[in-house]
Amino acid sequence: MSEEVVVPTPARHRGSRFAVATIVLALALIAVCVISLGLGQYALSPSEVVGILLRAIGVDTDLAPAAPTADGVILDIRLPRIVLGLLVGAALAVSGVLMQAIFGNPLADAAVVGVSSGAALGAAASLTFGLTVFGLWTTPGAAFLGGLTAVIAVYLISRAGGRTEVVTLLLTGIAINAIAGAGLAFLTFLGTTSTREQIVFWQLGSLNGALWQNIALVAPLTAVGILAGMLVAGRLDLFALGERTARHLGVRVELLRIVVIITVAVLVCAAVAFAGIIGFVGLIVPHLMRMIIGPAHLPLLIASALGGALLLAVADLVARTAVPLADLPIGMLTALVGGPFFLWLLVRTRRRSGGWA
Amino acid sequence: MSRLVASGVSVAVDDGRLILADASIEVRAGEVHALVGPNGAGKSTLFGVLAGDLTPASGTVTLDGAPLRGIHPRELARRRAVLLQSNTVSFPFTVEQVVRMGRAPWARTPAEDQDDAAVRDAMAETDVAGFAARTFPSLSGGERARVALARVLAQATPVLMLDEPTAALDLKHQEDVLRIVRARALAGAAVAIVLHDLNVTLAYADRVTLLSRGRVVAAGAPGEVLTAARIEEVYGQPVDVFPHPGTGVPVVVPRR
Repeated sequence: MSEEVVVPTPARHRGSRFAVATIVLALALIAVCVISLGLGQYALSPSEVVGILLRAIGVDTDLAPAAPTADGVILDIRLPRIVLGLLVGAALAVSGVLMQAIFGNPLADAAVVGVSSGAALGAAASLTFGLTVFGLWTTPGAAFLGGLTAVIAVYLISRAGGRTEVVTLLLTGIAINAIAGAGLAFLTFLGTTSTREQIVFWQLGSLNGALWQNIALVAPLTAVGILAGMLVAGRLDLFALGERTARHLGVRVELLRIVVIITVAVLVCAAVAFAGIIGFVGLIVPHLMRMIIGPAHLPLLIASALGGALLLAVADLVARTAVPLADLPIGMLTALVGGPFFLWLLVRTRRRSGGWA
Repeated sequence: MSRLVASGVSVAVDDGRLILADASIEVRAGEVHALVGPNGAGKSTLFGVLAGDLTPASGTVTLDGAPLRGIHPRELARRRAVLLQSNTVSFPFTVEQVVRMGRAPWARTPAEDQDDAAVRDAMAETDVAGFAARTFPSLSGGERARVALARVLAQATPVLMLDEPTAALDLKHQEDVLRIVRARALAGAAVAIVLHDLNVTLAYADRVTLLSRGRVVAAGAPGEVLTAARIEEVYGQPVDVFPHPGTGVPVVVPRR
């Protein structure tokens, strides 16, 4: 055992950091959710919130308030909104981790490279043309197709020799965003007043009006996406060595690439279908988590899912309560924080690599 | 025993020009087999064919008698390890994590038990244990090259393929790396190595394949292949070759 002392074991050290980070994130998440459920025009104390939640799952305590309206506010209005936020945050953060892994570039994010816009365009098209071919799944399905098209386009265009240069990635993102933006503008022009409102709402990103039936669609998609990500996480570590070397280490690179691209499209469509474009979550969260627990993909993915959920829970709390009687678009808030963060990342990347490599 | 064999291999580029024509090579167990030749001779192309990265237009490549194409990637990774010339890592993985990636092909096999030992030994051999906890992107070029080599050694395969492993290294680490490679061959490994330095080739290789303009010019024992006349013919630079006064190993000196 004396070797344990002599040989540095950074992997294990980071392992314990991962455990601590996970616990802290989970506790913070629970705390923010309980506080958020109680705040708003109809204010409730955290203990009352806990009482209502416990009563909803069949545990009677004397914590819950007597007024039946409280149950309605919590369970039918605030809770679905918060749950949708958690799912969207986790989906976006994990999609960021996955995209950064296959692009070999820490600046890849669903909104930055235009995948979110592609998904929003798909969703908007299904609404404007009144498509109902897949019933409730029509809008998420169309968002999936739009997102998939965008991510494949970005991938094919921006990669060269197994890596993606920052400039190429960002310029491709601008182009894809512009094309999707033109499509959205055209749909706005074509649409009725109500679909126009929907499209504008998508471009801003909002959790307002979330319903349990939305969550019934978003939850399985997010779960499948995160699970798929966890299954390929080990191979994504090898991908960081470059495609050729990953292949030499036994990774079936082409297959992995396809699985990851489809997974990204599933996650982004889950995030965008009912909440619109909420930018920078996939950029900020994986980056912070990498700084805390290191770049190994399995722990990074789990911590990012929690971190993304936490970020959106906090952002949603601010969106609902910062301005009295107003519900700010959450996409605006994440962009407000994410924009400067993105700039900082850009400057740092440029300084490190001595150019725009 | 021949492990990695290419016969009559040709590779064409898009305009139909052959960058490798009818090349054959036989890498045997227990031998260091050097691929040498001037820039653009086709060394890297032949290396890529042997590694399975390039599919030749004609000719066959076999590993232990079986066509390379037919071997499952994971199984292939348990039999041969490849070190490329440029080694970058996209994210700040630590040195130890990078070396441990060499063990990935052995996950969920009995050999997984040796992961820790293989990683530790490979880091000690390549003299990188001292910065095991540092991140790969923070290392110097020479340090990165040694870490990449450690990763390949940790893979513990009977066939090793190394593309200019000494290019970024100072004299001492260059000799260290070549001694490691020699030791692996003595222990039974088949080693294919692309080298630039003819003196290194003469000192460390058991067998040499000399390429020029996409063709194999000569193959055999280093002393027989790398004669003054042939070097001048292939490289276009007159040289003197004479035995080292101490060891008797031929030394190549350009005529200046």
